[in-house]
Amino acid sequence: MENIDYQTSNGILTVTFKGKYLKKDLPVLLFETIHKHTLKEIKVDAQTLSAWDSSFLIVLLRLYQFALSRNINFSMVNLPSGADKLLKLSLAVPPVKEKIKLQQSNFLDMFGGFILDVYHTFMKGASFAFSNLKTFFLAPFQKPVFRHVDFLFTLQDCGPKALPIVLLISFMVGLILAFVGAVQLQTFGAQVYVASLVTIGMTRIMGAIMVGIIMAGRTGAAFAATIGTMQVNEEIDALKTMGIKTEEFLVLPRLKALVITMPILTMFADFAGILGGAAVGVLALDIPYSEYFRYAYNAWILKHFLVGLFHAFIFGFIIALSGCYFGINCGRNANSVGLSTTQAVVYGIVWMIIATGIITFCLQRIGV
Amino acid sequence: MMNNVILTKNLSVGYGSKVLLKNADFAVKQKDIFVIMGGSGCGKSSLLKVLTGLMLPLEGSFDLFGVDFNRASYERQLELRQKTGILYQSGALFSSMTLAENVAMPLTQYSNYSKQTIDDLVHLKLSLVGLSGYEDYYPSEISGGMKKRAGLARALALDPQIVYFDEPSAGLDPVSSARLDELMLEINANLGTTLVVVTHELQSIFTIANNSIYLDATTKTITGLGNPHVLLKNPPNERIAQFLTRGKEHEKRTE
Repeated sequence: MENIDYQTSNGILTVTFKGKYLKKDLPVLLFETIHKHTLKEIKVDAQTLSAWDSSFLIVLLRLYQFALSRNINFSMVNLPSGADKLLKLSLAVPPVKEKIKLQQSNFLDMFGGFILDVYHTFMKGASFAFSNLKTFFLAPFQKPVFRHVDFLFTLQDCGPKALPIVLLISFMVGLILAFVGAVQLQTFGAQVYVASLVTIGMTRIMGAIMVGIIMAGRTGAAFAATIGTMQVNEEIDALKTMGIKTEEFLVLPRLKALVITMPILTMFADFAGILGGAAVGVLALDIPYSEYFRYAYNAWILKHFLVGLFHAFIFGFIIALSGCYFGINCGRNANSVGLSTTQAVVYGIVWMIIATGIITFCLQRIGV
Repeated sequence: MMNNVILTKNLSVGYGSKVLLKNADFAVKQKDIFVIMGGSGCGKSSLLKVLTGLMLPLEGSFDLFGVDFNRASYERQLELRQKTGILYQSGALFSSMTLAENVAMPLTQYSNYSKQTIDDLVHLKLSLVGLSGYEDYYPSEISGGMKKRAGLARALALDPQIVYFDEPSAGLDPVSSARLDELMLEINANLGTTLVVVTHELQSIFTIANNSIYLDATTKTITGLGNPHVLLKNPPNERIAQFLTRGKEHEKRTE
């Protein structure tokens, strides 16, 4: 080491600092030496030290702590002004007790905890959904407190602004459905039924599912992020202390907007999907335009179309509730906003799939 | 040895066409505790943003350690940034990291210290601000005053030669505020760090400052420059007198 000298004689270690002691790592050799020797005293001299920083203090602190632990005399001479005060300052505040670490638990504990967690989360979510649905359905008879401009902005965001991406994705899905169907249908020379396949597929379920997924990723995530940030900024606390219900002020405009726009977007998605199928049918399978649309028209059944819209209507509830729930239950830091956004999308999609299963089962039972 | 740490030349600060401060000329000398004061909306925080390189000035320039900051290369700016530390109004700690990780971040980023030395340095810095033992706490688990002190520990991590403070006493109780003032004085006295403080807390100003500027929101210029005690005795204009006496009519003291 160029800036630090040390020598041991008669059990006395003298450490001399000189020149500029800046940005130096701990002198490993010095600490190996002090551990090897039996020492009576440690002396530090910094007479020729011209510049120093925290790394110098670290060496002093380490030496001091070593001396303290071995009951060795420790003295410092010619310390630069300020250094001794800083050392005192850093030793002045006694460290607080170590943070209590969570106890390790066994598998049974963890499993039980997990089940309880799932139960509590489900009950919390269910009560949130119930109170918000109540507010939604009673809204025409009561006077809920919310800003209409919020509702209109959300309506614009969930409607016209989402339309281009919905059209694009649905067109592509129609295209893919047609390609996949054509592979099989062509073997029977029945490629013209691609039109029927795409029309029934899109109107009955695919249109609604695609819109649902797009809107969960686009709008559900935005709801969670916006409301989550409000939670971080204590805006939700402010609302509560003003006596304004979050169900009315935050959830209702979003719920209304999404429930209105989802079926409309689904209609557009159905149409775009059929057009996507037409692109494949006409360009790749050589079906004449008129033929394709005749088959598509015949396959367009009001029942299927309404089932699709019903799905979209239910998905609207699920996406809005999921986004708002995770936003309102967001933690107080930047990380939790990210987490709640992810959860809003994941749970939104999962519940959409569960709802689709339930609706399909029920409709089959009643023969629709 | 260079004496001026910051030297502004005809500096104008604002947003687009909205000018908040024009033709600002002042110098911050080494080891100064320099206070930027003024009423709300006079451009104190914007001036700080310009000085810390977060915003470009509308006109003029400023030298940091003798280098024209905004004309320097990216690498040179990075070098200069390592010589500066900033304590933001809310502490601006990274919420997903513990206090130790927060303080260690600039050290791991900009130094070649071993892990052991970094741990020791983190402990030292946290001890200096009285937070020894709180290494494993997350920012959400500590109070506002502690967050500021932890923010200061992070600002001091790289032994900066200059530390900027943005409204350090905002939102603190009088005791924590006084403790922070003491800490600033100790850091200035013992480490020789230059401090630039944006504040309108009179008690803090009179306790810590040895030099200051007063920004006037009406004229959009610096109307007062010097030690605040001197400014209180001989106020250059009525508004400074009002500001330094909390709006009471300034009565000339007679010894």
